[in-house]
Amino acid sequence: MNEAVRFHFVVDGEDFTSAGQASVQVKKNLRKLGISPEIIRKISIAMYEGEINMVIHADGGEADVLVYEDRIEIILTDRGPGIANIDLAMQEGFSTAPDNVRSLGFGAGMGLPNMKRYTDDMKIESTLGEGTTITMTVKL
Amino acid sequence: MTVSEMAQKLALTPVAMPDGDREVEGAYIGDLLSWVMGRAQSGNVWITIMSNLNIVAVASLADVACIVLAEGVTVDETVARTAADKDVNILSTSKTAYEVAAELAKLDV
Repeated sequence: MNEAVRFHFVVDGEDFTSAGQASVQVKKNLRKLGISPEIIRKISIAMYEGEINMVIHADGGEADVLVYEDRIEIILTDRGPGIANIDLAMQEGFSTAPDNVRSLGFGAGMGLPNMKRYTDDMKIESTLGEGTTITMTVKL
Repeated sequence: MTVSEMAQKLALTPVAMPDGDREVEGAYIGDLLSWVMGRAQSGNVWITIMSNLNIVAVASLADVACIVLAEGVTVDETVARTAADKDVNILSTSKTAYEVAAELAKLDV
């Protein structure tokens, strides 16, 4: 596998309950590629958290998953409001999610920390008023 | 022990059981979905009172063996159907989360 295998998804910002479709599809695709279950679990949880964030905060976005020989990269891009204070957002328990989201069991301030927990590297680029791009890497 | 065997021993009601032969190992109790994804282990019995559609995605992605809805919580038909489609086992019981966990511990899960 010299070139990356790429999967592209549009994350619908309208429907909270359908969030996770991209992650579930990635899980299936990676299984077909013979990636180990533990790696698949890490990637699909990290990506699901990212999807949920895009639905809650950014009215959706786009997700790209690139599978290389030695690593998998997940790139999440949105045109949402941006993250005002990334250090604060990375703290477990900090959340700006609204109450309706909390009543569904999200908004516990664990999304970004989980994304970091389950990946080997995570970069956040965010500009207020323009959007956020998160790049996560998991080594194979 | 499999999910089916556990359901029988604990008298749990199957809501969706597409993969009853899945082995269970350990349990996790929680209702905050991200917390569950951060802490539950693959193969766990996930005991919760959360019943919206997102529990199916969380169970699938966290790779738990099954969801046990405690305290008489029910799910609507969409959740049951989606779970069956996505290979996610859901069982329900009127017992509390504590009672389910205590019974699982007695069975050495």
